[in-house]
Amino acid sequence: MSLDAVLDTVAAGCLVAGAMLCLAAGVALLRFPDLLFRLHAAAKPQVLGLLLVLLGCALRLRNGVDITTLVLIGLFQLASAPVAAHMVGRTAYPHRDIGRDLLITDELAPDWERINANRGVPSPPAQASQGPG
Amino acid sequence: MIVVAVTVTVLLAIAGALVLVRIIRGPSILDRAVATDVLLAIVVAAIAMEAAYSRDATALPVLVVLAILGFVGSVSIARFATRKGDQ
Repeated sequence: MSLDAVLDTVAAGCLVAGAMLCLAAGVALLRFPDLLFRLHAAAKPQVLGLLLVLLGCALRLRNGVDITTLVLIGLFQLASAPVAAHMVGRTAYPHRDIGRDLLITDELAPDWERINANRGVPSPPAQASQGPG
Repeated sequence: MIVVAVTVTVLLAIAGALVLVRIIRGPSILDRAVATDVLLAIVVAAIAMEAAYSRDATALPVLVVLAILGFVGSVSIARFATRKGDQ
């Protein structure tokens, strides 16, 4: 078995694994009850599935320039997917769609009043002017 | 390789259909944003699969654009979605 055949076989395995992760995320998005569960499921094809597919693509192409582009895509996705998921989760936090009975721990709840108090007052001068009134 | 291509195509098509159902049904706009992100990941996987199958790197810049587009779209929806706007 030549090196090309071995590389092609590994690439095929990576591509199929990435596609399976995409399918798993699709099923999970449809069946999970809650936005936070869906965020958890949605991160799988965005990071691991995409990296597997890009690895399979790189193993098929075997070209320096193309592999550089694929590494760039993977690095950007690794940097951006957690940021996007965090912003969506943080926007959704005080929301009735999140089932509180399904949460194991809620580390934002003790600080929630303080955060809202800080957000209600835009700047310290405004706070000083509101004080006497 | 043709068997792998057909398998991956079928898997990605089923996944895309399921995600589309979630985009249509999603109760809030954030559910739709998450599902759209997953749909974009599926599209990126499909384009990468096509490039791998035909050993043709023409479509690789499209992947870069799609990765940036998914990040910008998801962050801007999360930034501007108010709690009163979704339902």
